[in-house]
Amino acid sequence: MATTFINITLKIWRQKNVNAKGSMESYTLDNVSTDSSFLEMLDQLNEQLINQQKEPVAFDHDCREGICGMCSLYINGRAHGPDTGTTTCQLHMRKFNDGDTIYIEPWRSRAFPIVKDLVVDRSAFDRIQQAGGFISVNTSGRTMDANAIPIPKSDADKAFEAAACIGCGACVASCKNGSAMLFVGAKVSQYALLPQGKVEAKERVINMVRQMDQEGFGNCTNTGACEVECPKGISLENIARMNREYLCAAAKAD
Amino acid sequence: MSKSALLKSSIAKKYWMSLTGLFLCLFLVGHLAGNLQLIFTTGEEGKRAFNEYAYFMAHNPAIKILSYLTYISIIFHAIDGIMLAIQNKRARPIPYAYNNPSANSSLASRNMAILGTLILVFIATHMANFWWKAKISSDKFPLHMKELTVEDSNPMTGQPQKVNVKLYLTTSGDYVPVDQLEVKNNTDLYAKGVDLKMAEGYKDLHSLVFAFFGHNKSKEGFPVNDMALGAVLFYVISMFVMGFHLWHGFSSAFQSLGLNHPSYTPLIKKAGYGFAVLVPLLFAIIPILIFLTK
Amino acid sequence: MSKLDSKIPEGPLADKWTNHKNNMKLVAPNNRSKIDVIVVGTGLAGGAAAASLGEMGYNVKAFCFQDSPRRAHSIAAQGGINAAKNYQNDGDSTYRLFYDTIKGGDYRSREANVYRLAEVSVNIIDQCVAQGVPFAREYGGLLDNRSFGGTQVQRTFYAAGQTGQQLLLGAYSALSRQIGLGRVKMYHRHEMLDLVVVDGKARGIIARNLITGAIERHSAHAVIIASGGYGNVYFLSTNAMGSNVSAAWKVHKRGALFANPSFVQIHPTCIPVHGTNQSKLTLMSESLRNSGRIWVPKKKEDAKAIREGKLKPTELSEDERDYFLERRYPAFGNLVPRDVASRAAKERCDGGYGIEANDTQEGVYLDFETEIRTKGRQAAFAQGDHNPSESKIKELGKKWIEEKYGNLFKMYEKITDENPYETPMKIYPAVHYTMGGVWVDYNLQSTIEGCFVAGEANFSDHGANRLGASALMQGLADGYFVLPYTVSDYLANEIRTGKISTESPEFDEAENRVKETIDRFLNNKGKKSVDYFHKRLGLIMWNKVGMGRSKAGLNDAIKEIGVLREEFYKDVFVPGDAHELNPELDKAMRVADLIELGQLMAVDALNRNESCGGHFREEYQDSEGETLRDDKNYKYAAAWAYAEGDATKAKLHKEELDYEFIKIAARNYK
Repeated sequence: MATTFINITLKIWRQKNVNAKGSMESYTLDNVSTDSSFLEMLDQLNEQLINQQKEPVAFDHDCREGICGMCSLYINGRAHGPDTGTTTCQLHMRKFNDGDTIYIEPWRSRAFPIVKDLVVDRSAFDRIQQAGGFISVNTSGRTMDANAIPIPKSDADKAFEAAACIGCGACVASCKNGSAMLFVGAKVSQYALLPQGKVEAKERVINMVRQMDQEGFGNCTNTGACEVECPKGISLENIARMNREYLCAAAKAD
Repeated sequence: MSKSALLKSSIAKKYWMSLTGLFLCLFLVGHLAGNLQLIFTTGEEGKRAFNEYAYFMAHNPAIKILSYLTYISIIFHAIDGIMLAIQNKRARPIPYAYNNPSANSSLASRNMAILGTLILVFIATHMANFWWKAKISSDKFPLHMKELTVEDSNPMTGQPQKVNVKLYLTTSGDYVPVDQLEVKNNTDLYAKGVDLKMAEGYKDLHSLVFAFFGHNKSKEGFPVNDMALGAVLFYVISMFVMGFHLWHGFSSAFQSLGLNHPSYTPLIKKAGYGFAVLVPLLFAIIPILIFLTK
Repeated sequence: MSKLDSKIPEGPLADKWTNHKNNMKLVAPNNRSKIDVIVVGTGLAGGAAAASLGEMGYNVKAFCFQDSPRRAHSIAAQGGINAAKNYQNDGDSTYRLFYDTIKGGDYRSREANVYRLAEVSVNIIDQCVAQGVPFAREYGGLLDNRSFGGTQVQRTFYAAGQTGQQLLLGAYSALSRQIGLGRVKMYHRHEMLDLVVVDGKARGIIARNLITGAIERHSAHAVIIASGGYGNVYFLSTNAMGSNVSAAWKVHKRGALFANPSFVQIHPTCIPVHGTNQSKLTLMSESLRNSGRIWVPKKKEDAKAIREGKLKPTELSEDERDYFLERRYPAFGNLVPRDVASRAAKERCDGGYGIEANDTQEGVYLDFETEIRTKGRQAAFAQGDHNPSESKIKELGKKWIEEKYGNLFKMYEKITDENPYETPMKIYPAVHYTMGGVWVDYNLQSTIEGCFVAGEANFSDHGANRLGASALMQGLADGYFVLPYTVSDYLANEIRTGKISTESPEFDEAENRVKETIDRFLNNKGKKSVDYFHKRLGLIMWNKVGMGRSKAGLNDAIKEIGVLREEFYKDVFVPGDAHELNPELDKAMRVADLIELGQLMAVDALNRNESCGGHFREEYQDSEGETLRDDKNYKYAAAWAYAEGDATKAKLHKEELDYEFIKIAARNYK
């Protein structure tokens, strides 16, 4: 893993605020270490811009270890860039070559309005969660012993795989329809798979889907793009499970 | 709650798309089974088999219900699909400046709306060319007729002679001579000059098809299509489009209905691919053969 | 020096919390809606507290600087959460968890708090399972446990390498439920910039809407700070980029004491530093030490050859490797507490045995070869193959490892471009957690009335070193099971107060202060970026207030930070304006606080003439390089009062730590 340094051209979406008109701007950046992460490369660009007394590029990021879900970016036509199973913060510059031109755009979705440059507002996800993404249990700590209900390992594992969603929005960004079904499907699945979550499974799926529709996300046409681009590898199975849950819930609802 | 959930929600739209889609897949199988009659047997046998089949399809009450379901399905599938496409378009008002969707999804899956629209155009022309002519058009529709050369004796001379006899095939399976009958209400065969229905004939859809795709065997009834090559090409391309649509649509319908299982989904997918290749291919072979064997 | 009242309830250790709860005042349900509570930070502690208080019926306003409460850095905790459930039947108990935590903290934490923590730990697991946290399970359907450093029982519950994520999402779901019900109002992308104190009581905060730049006044009857730790004072740490001390520091500036700031945990297993543009360090979970063995070459020549790329680690035989933790600490081996493991790695690297080819040669191996073989053999036997081939053992072993640590191995490979299944991981200690924080009493109340501090932001439970899998435990314990009681007890006196106005001189003053600071940065005609100063601060801190500290180094650090502070205010350039999303401005205000804090950390470390836990003063070690504690003179929590501009003028308040129930002893993991 020899460190090398590359020179690149960046085409970045700049937009002052939610109401402003944005455009793609071009920047050149030299001496980027291939050991840098993609965001460290952007740090380097921003340092360069600040040294030129120019305004740096705003982008979302926080943990930089692929778990908080804050980073986004549509890089060269793909959510979180060319590597699969990776968030932008875990994408490294060794995936790029000297002389490359890299396009960087924000997530594009009606439900994710642009705040500034590459930063988008994903609170639609929070509102979906608030509509039903929970188990209605008070935080007394005195419900029953944690081992009172054994849960088959396979169910627990599947629930975990669904729960691994980091809420980054790559599914929405990469879906040609801007659909949020993978996100919602994952949350619905996590609880549907656990005995604790089954009690209010019907209300949950109906309410979460209703909120999802209200937020202006598109519809799922099963292209599977979300599954491929999901940094946590959340499976389409979760969307199918949600479809199933929804069908049962809608049919039985009074 | 339940009503709006089952009608208006994004997921409900998926159910309707998949249910109507799957029903149309079934319809395709039925349609194909009939069409194959066009090429499986040749000559009068084949013609008869096909026209009988067509008659059955038009008259069996159960099939009638199915056919209405088919119309509804097509309309619903199309309208729902268009609505979804509009909504989906709206969900991303500003497109990406640089996009690389082939990295994560198949061409077919991303173009279902366009493919569907093309199929809709095809269905419209297809129905105008066949269904309209056979069912609605007020033009006199030629009936299934067979020409026979019989050895006869000249009533005047007593000499044996060959006589061409034209016969209608009737729904009771007999052949009856044309010159003794007249046709009323499209297919009813009446004894000449008498207001007495003797039998019912078959519309000669077989010849309609053959003529349309450029086969020149039928001497009368249908004019041979001058644009037959174009018709065949259009048909074949349409089948190609349908194959693409099915390539994604078949397995997608199962996913939409919530049928996804690690061990069965791969099988469903394979079956879907098989269906998407085989069905349109068989459909497409028919006009090609008809055209080539003229 | 005034004496601090920690308000520890009377009575036997095991009954303190129960008795205290029984005697606390309550707020009747019909009165709760008249009372406002502000929660700053929505990680495990803050999220859990906001959810619980909202559930009780208070009007809660919760603030986080991220775009969603789900992003708080608790999410990055990997390994697990401790609880004295004793499901594994290996002799665990509340007392043993309490004892391990006190001992792990090198006898610098408060007995009563730690016991309470151990006591409520079991409720946490029950609670989390009830709210759908998908913990790892055994085939029988019951919860699985793993071992963690500093303990000899298996009490750590986990969800693959994403335990923090799952617990945070659990708390986030509880919080979301309350937001949905309208009982909690969530202010995301908001940063608290000052605490408003009226008549000695915390009565609100000034917050900045990070999107619009609007300065907002929020009043409340109580303010809870749960804003996490301050590891980012080192610039490079495992903390999130946005993690900062500002909320806690503002509270400190308004009068709350800040305790043990120098107690920082350096986590032994992180991916080594690789370049100057590096922005953060990545942790490899402590759970890996369950399966990995830490070593460096026995011979310096070998280490040199490895650094130069002439030798591969896999080419060294067992005899040529020094498994230094197993050698020095046979009883705990690779599972010694974090501070011990980190120091041992530093000792080897300082000695020239480091294997990483970076500027400082800082790196050791974490090797899974032995575990792959053991587990592979076991798996083969389980399959009925009693004479497995070499390749089969390896294959099955790798599969086992993948199931247990797959995500961590993948992450390692992404970052380093090396396959840890084939070649040992390279690791080195990195700043990870801060035990110090705002001083709080048993009720988690700071020295400002009505200002409570929870989770990593307070100092209370981990002494001089935190055991692995205990941070999650503390965060949730504080949020779910402590604050709802103690805050209610405080609020019982507030039911007649009525709505607190934001139109008061105190709010005016606080808002003006904030606006002045913002103007000052934006109008500064400097040349250098905020990061430039932050990186310089980080280097001073890492080199002089890091793993090894000396009197001379600390004195240097205090001076250097003072100089840095001046330069920062003179030469920092903050682009953009105040009325928009301006990450550079956010950073500038955070770094300003970190600089002040950094200096106080050095002052605190200099004051503490002993070595304990993560605080290692080079002057105070025994002949084997182990820490030398001075219980006679330093068995106290050092709580500092804020001194404007110069931390050396900060006034020290001591809270003597009395060990009534535990026999204080030298910490021994040999």
